[in-house]
Amino acid sequence: MLEARNITVTYGERRALTGVSLRLKAGTVTAIVGPNGAGKSSLLRAFNGTIRPAHGEIILDELPLRSYSRRAVSRRIATVAQEAELRFPVTVMEFVLGGRYARASAGAWGWESQHDLKVAQEVLRETELETLSGRIMNQLSGGERQRAVLARALATEANILLLDEPTANLDLGHQATILALVRARCDQRGASAAVITHDINLAAQFADSVLLLKNGQPLALGAPSQVLTESMIGAAFGVRVLVDAHPLTGVPRVTPVHELRRSL
Amino acid sequence: MSSRLQIDGSMRTTLRRTLLVCGLLTVLLIFVLVLAAVVGSQRLPLGPALCALTCKSVCGLSPEQQAILFDIRLPRILLAAAVGMCLATAGAAYQALLRNPLAEPYLLGVSNGAAVGTMVALVFFGAYEWSRPLMAFAGALIASFAVYQLARSRAGASPERLILAGVIVTTFLSSAIVFITTLMDATRIRSFTFWLLGDLSGATSKLLTVAIVVSILGTAVLTAYARPLNLLMLGERDAFDLGVEVGRVRLIVFLAAGLLVGTSVASSGSVGYVGLVVPHLVRLSFGSDNRLVIPASALTGSAFVIFADMLARTLIAPRELPVGAITALIGAPLFIYLLKRG
Repeated sequence: MLEARNITVTYGERRALTGVSLRLKAGTVTAIVGPNGAGKSSLLRAFNGTIRPAHGEIILDELPLRSYSRRAVSRRIATVAQEAELRFPVTVMEFVLGGRYARASAGAWGWESQHDLKVAQEVLRETELETLSGRIMNQLSGGERQRAVLARALATEANILLLDEPTANLDLGHQATILALVRARCDQRGASAAVITHDINLAAQFADSVLLLKNGQPLALGAPSQVLTESMIGAAFGVRVLVDAHPLTGVPRVTPVHELRRSL
Repeated sequence: MSSRLQIDGSMRTTLRRTLLVCGLLTVLLIFVLVLAAVVGSQRLPLGPALCALTCKSVCGLSPEQQAILFDIRLPRILLAAAVGMCLATAGAAYQALLRNPLAEPYLLGVSNGAAVGTMVALVFFGAYEWSRPLMAFAGALIASFAVYQLARSRAGASPERLILAGVIVTTFLSSAIVFITTLMDATRIRSFTFWLLGDLSGATSKLLTVAIVVSILGTAVLTAYARPLNLLMLGERDAFDLGVEVGRVRLIVFLAAGLLVGTSVASSGSVGYVGLVVPHLVRLSFGSDNRLVIPASALTGSAFVIFADMLARTLIAPRELPVGAITALIGAPLFIYLLKRG
């Protein structure tokens, strides 16, 4: 279980996060939403050890995060972020197998085992990339590459998933598939996930709890119906919204109300 | 590049494939080695030469031929192999570490750093033979550190910043070389200028041993770090997330590559393009997995420099060209061709 206890993250003079606490419980999906610059990515980076909080602690399985080795952290926490530009040609299979590094034996030359291959093939199937496993990564579309990044994270078999805008480049169909995959991992394997997303309705649908951030501070934390209210969203984003219950699923449905041009 | 078939083994690099490729390249290396032993201003007979090389007995060679083979050619060929291995492996390592297919010891200014170190050793500590590789190593490290620091920014070292930083460091060090050269007398200047372009004839046995040991050890160390380099090659942040101790790996690779370049320059001057062309060629042929690229580059680099040196001493025999000129003459057009192929 991963937990942030009252953390403050600073970049030099700038305070990115102040007094944020969040516990990622097993079997749950937590959505992190908020306007740009709210500190969402900083929270994720603090969670996976990239950034050390100036105050407060990140606790992983009862111990401080900084007491773990890099490899030990990577076996437990997997991060899915926007993919860096690839400057060397690698196949999708090679790319996804990179996720098995943390599980490799200490002997460094470390060729992949049959088990590694099995796991990789399984996640490629789950992310619907099986037929593309021999292709060079740069030949894939943006959405396909994003799925490959998720596949690599799933290949680590980590039980805590941190996702930074995983649906950014995906079409509607694949958006649902990806989040359903994450949801299934949480439900079936007891994984926990934190998902940063700009799509509030997607968050309402897939998340058990929502953390709403603004200017590095937590505005609200709770179930989607508690956090995604008209006043809360208005306070965070500065826009008027209409929130009603989705007719099919019952979760909050957020519709922005734009100033309509007066018709003649 | 056409999409590969969905057969396990071409989707990724396996141990079996690596051993096969390295085996073939070893055969190529042996072939080039024998060729270079036999060819020269004095042609040696193939049969007796092969016999002498393998059995270490006389085998029908005249004393003069024995001297040519064992005292002159063989040390030179072995030095060429060591230099080729050092530079190609270091090139492959820099390219993976700096995420830039254009990273190369010469372009990055590391070779010049090593050259300055060697020169300082020659001018100020000439009496101590060990000072040359040591100060070359120091010079290589200082230069690579300078380039890395210059090229870094919040977003990491982009290829453009890296090349820029390399150019700055190279040109600065070139002027340092000119400055030190003025402290030498005229006769030394001429021989030194040629040495700077790559000269494999001055191998003392001690330096040769050091070069061979360092090249093999350095390649072994870098091959051991090939898997983390595979991840670093695709992005520092991703590598960190996936469990690579980025700081530690970067330090070790920089040290190992600096040692390789320093040793190479200390023994034979600045031989350019090997670290650029060889790994590139290897990647185009066999894929980007460093577990294959690093050892394959080592073997191919050795063969390449042995071959280039053979040309260097036969093209305008009895005079010699600097081997660096040959590697540039072959390497530059080859690189342009590779660039255009994309």
